[in-house]
Amino acid sequence: MSTATTARIAVRDVSRHFTVGRERFTALDRVTLDIADNEFVTLVGPSGCGKTTLLNILAGLDHPTSGDALVGGEPVRGPGPGRGVIFQQYALFPWLTVRGNVEFGLRTAGVGRRERRERAEHFIRLVGLEQFADALPKTLSGGMKQRCAIARAYAVNPSILLMDEPFGALDALTRVRLQEQLLDTWNAERRTVVFVTHDVDEAVFLANRVIVMAARPGRVFATVDVDLPHPRTEQIRLSPEFAALRNRVWQAVHHQ
Amino acid sequence: MAVVTPPVPAPARTTSPARRPRSLLPLNLVSVAAGVGLWWALAAAGLQFPTPAEVAVQAGRMAADGTLLDDAVASLLRVLTGFVLGSAAAIVVGFLMGWYAVARGLFEPWIQFFRTIPPLAMLPLVLVLLGIDETPKVFVIFLAAFLSCVISTYQGVVSVERTLINAARVLGAGDATVFARVVVPASTPFILVGMRVGLGAAWATLVAAELLAAQEGLGHRMQTAQLYYDLPTIFVGIVSIGVLGLLMDRALLLGGNRLTRWQETR
Repeated sequence: MSTATTARIAVRDVSRHFTVGRERFTALDRVTLDIADNEFVTLVGPSGCGKTTLLNILAGLDHPTSGDALVGGEPVRGPGPGRGVIFQQYALFPWLTVRGNVEFGLRTAGVGRRERRERAEHFIRLVGLEQFADALPKTLSGGMKQRCAIARAYAVNPSILLMDEPFGALDALTRVRLQEQLLDTWNAERRTVVFVTHDVDEAVFLANRVIVMAARPGRVFATVDVDLPHPRTEQIRLSPEFAALRNRVWQAVHHQ
Repeated sequence: MAVVTPPVPAPARTTSPARRPRSLLPLNLVSVAAGVGLWWALAAAGLQFPTPAEVAVQAGRMAADGTLLDDAVASLLRVLTGFVLGSAAAIVVGFLMGWYAVARGLFEPWIQFFRTIPPLAMLPLVLVLLGIDETPKVFVIFLAAFLSCVISTYQGVVSVERTLINAARVLGAGDATVFARVVVPASTPFILVGMRVGLGAAWATLVAAELLAAQEGLGHRMQTAQLYYDLPTIFVGIVSIGVLGLLMDRALLLGGNRLTRWQETR
């Protein structure tokens, strides 16, 4: 198969075991999957299916017990600016302003002051926070914090974005709006996105492909291709095609 | 129960408790005035107190002949030297303990041991070993400030949120960057709390150290006055120590608030 060589992300027989007390717990059991360049993949499944563990392994924040996680053909050996991560708890640096947060990775990369400022400005505008560039995180709402985190991840120009239930803590209305904004951002600047969620609607609305995982042990249970067109509008969200896909994913998640 | 005064409405706590709403200031002033009034009444009623006026006169006399300033400067220098050195050492050691398990293993037993000993209890030994000049006094103050601040700094480092460190690492930060740009700012509030406690401990230790062994300083002045039953001078000493301590604490608090404005306060 040619996908193995062209895939941006290749997960090969990855298992991850944890030992809690005296019990050995299999978070991931021989997971294999490929994700192509600029694909938007959502991982959905019940809690304990290892979706966050898989994301952390791709981020380099966790390591497989066996098997290989390859990005661009290279095994992942730790975190790196080529793979941006967006956390559920926002993880903004509270002592830095929105601008300071967005510039953090650029400073780390040694980007000069002027260019840093320009690039930060660009991504702050992309997520619509230009009026809050000098605000501290404590003054922002949850949705604004997550938009800031998205801008921060985008700013270092990663080819891959790994998102761990980024909208999980937000109310339903904000969540829908942020989903649309995320797709706008993604359509403006394509990246390979791996997006973890437990929300079936969210999984279908965002993805080119939904990967349904099962728990105990964590494994890939089903894959559903989403061929809905872009831009994804409210009409699409309410369309029968969307409903049909949603039903398929729902069945896969809830009747494993 | 009869309620004499209507309850004071609680001010809205939107700012940090440190930055008091202005409306409390009149109450503070009323309280201070009432306290001084009570003091005056007790003195007038025949208690062996000097009246506030007598203390003020004595303070004026001591200020005029320069002893008050000399004593205050001598005490302040000791406190500041001990406090600055102690806090600086505490921050370094606290960071080392929080960041490297090896350092924690090596330092912890000693810190836990010395924490149970009041720094003043070290004074007899320190006097024998270091002589009776400035060094032993500064040393016990250093010890007091260090021990108060070091645990707090260490706590600050170990309680830095894992996600913040991960967030920095996925943005390309190495160990040095994570330390300088995440661990240091995140533990600043803890360090400042430690420094405030340390400052209090430093003052407490200073006065006692001066009572035991000094040729000048506020504590020494009070000790001499005690021999001559000179109550006004003792009062001048107490008030000066209180005012200086309060001013230093406020200064530290103000500086600290600027550094930790980003904190979410409840």
